Amino acid sequence: MTTVDLDRAWDLHSQVSVRPEPFGALLYHFGTRRLTFLKDRRLLAVVRSLADAPSAREACRAAGVRDDELASYRSALTALVRSSMVVGRNP
Amino acid sequence: MTAPAKTERSDRQPARLVDLFEHGLDAPICLTWELTYACNLACTHCLSSSGRRDPRELTTREAKAVIDELEAMQVFYVNIGGGEPTLRPDFWELLDYATAHRVGVKFSTNGARITPDAARRLAANDYVDVQISLDGATPDVNDAVRGPGSYDTAVRAMRNLADAGMKNFKLSVVCTRHNIPQLDGFAELADRYGAQLRLTRLRPSGRGADVWDELHPTSAQQRVLYDWLLAHGERVLTGDSFFHLSAYGESLPGLNLCGAGRVVCLIDPVGDVYACPFAIHDDFLAGNVRDPGGFTGVWRASELFRELRTPQQGGACASCSFYDTCKGGCMAAKFFTGLPLDGPDPECVRGFGEESLARRADDGTQVPHSSVDHSRRTAPRARTGPVDLVLVRRPDLTAPPVSDCAEDPLAGLRFS
Ligand code: SF4
Ligand code: SF4
Repeated sequence: MTTVDLDRAWDLHSQVSVRPEPFGALLYHFGTRRLTFLKDRRLLAVVRSLADAPSAREACRAAGVRDDELASYRSALTALVRSSMVVGRNP
Repeated sequence: MTAPAKTERSDRQPARLVDLFEHGLDAPICLTWELTYACNLACTHCLSSSGRRDPRELTTREAKAVIDELEAMQVFYVNIGGGEPTLRPDFWELLDYATAHRVGVKFSTNGARITPDAARRLAANDYVDVQISLDGATPDVNDAVRGPGSYDTAVRAMRNLADAGMKNFKLSVVCTRHNIPQLDGFAELADRYGAQLRLTRLRPSGRGADVWDELHPTSAQQRVLYDWLLAHGERVLTGDSFFHLSAYGESLPGLNLCGAGRVVCLIDPVGDVYACPFAIHDDFLAGNVRDPGGFTGVWRASELFRELRTPQQGGACASCSFYDTCKGGCMAAKFFTGLPLDGPDPECVRGFGEESLARRADDGTQVPHSSVDHSRRTAPRARTGPVDLVLVRRPDLTAPPVSDCAEDPLAGLRFS
């Protein structure tokens, strides 16, 4: 996988715990025992709304991510998918 | 509650986890919780000098209150140890309570109580991980340190876990002078039972202080260990235990920071909170979970933790060109070998540690000892202060070491 498909539905893995922090958030995956962090609060908002948004693009828009910022959010999501923190969801 | 340093930082984009951790977090990521000082074994290098139960140990109700706090703080998991934690009659009750409250549990055991039934119960819980302690790949090497029969006990526990379908539990090894030649043997043993090998550093803490001189790997062995880790790094967990070895060339994966009081700490069986499980000493005691503010109050308001969260001064190490990455190594290792906290680690890859240890013998310096000792023996120990030291550079070394260990409670965690 090169980058995530922004037009499909995604979700946080059920074994991932999200802890908001002043800088963004810490994510811990109980299955892989991997720890990672989100660099800003808007990415946290995106990640949290994935479950209810029809697509990742919609989740970004709802969190106030502008079109010119989409690329960097897409690469952040791609990294999260690679580490199984975020997984595909069938709407 | 937010520390001032944190507010200043929020307008910068942090690039790495380590930058975020240097000033500490409002809650630990994980912590070590020693449930009891009782133990059925008497390992010579026990970091907590365990043996006998302490009558003041936390009650079931108090322990559950701590778990409630950990849940509220969103601590991801606790490393439960001891003593032998399974000797507590309420061990299973506390384990179920923690995981039901989404506080993951990773616990260390010598395996004596990992029966087939217990193994099945553990395998069924996604939020539990088990570490079987073994310090030799053969009975002779292991039992010399951990006691007669302890090898067979550990292997039986691994077999029970494997039979119960538990995957990727840990075979946890403290690296010593005697088992460094057995690294391949440990890897085979782990493979045989579907376990993952976890190697950590021997630190001169607890009874470990008494045997550290004879047991810690020689510098030649540190090199062997480094080469072995480079060849097998992907399959082996070390936390940051061996970061100081990166000075040999390529860096090893991990986090580059002493996490004591910043992202990790220890709760001991009587509820005392220390900066690090390897630092059970009054100098590193931050408070007690029975204090009015509970564990949360200790973590957020303790004077000691505040100090630990300020950027460290390099002291004698500051003039070292590798200080940025090495940061002078392990605080606990220095403290319990009688070396100054702002000087080099006793196992400094540039050899400064050995020099200062040698000087220590000349000037008759006594090393500090923990006042907490539950060994099955009684003689109290004396404590004295650290020695001074002056550093010189060795011009023949050019490659930078990364850091010493970050902190053992994180050992086994993978950063991405
Ligand atoms: S390499 Fe040795 S002298 Fe240099 S910072 Fe590390 S411990 Fe100190
Ligand atoms: S570097 Fe030493 S003192 Fe610091 S967290 Fe690691 S073991 Fe503890």
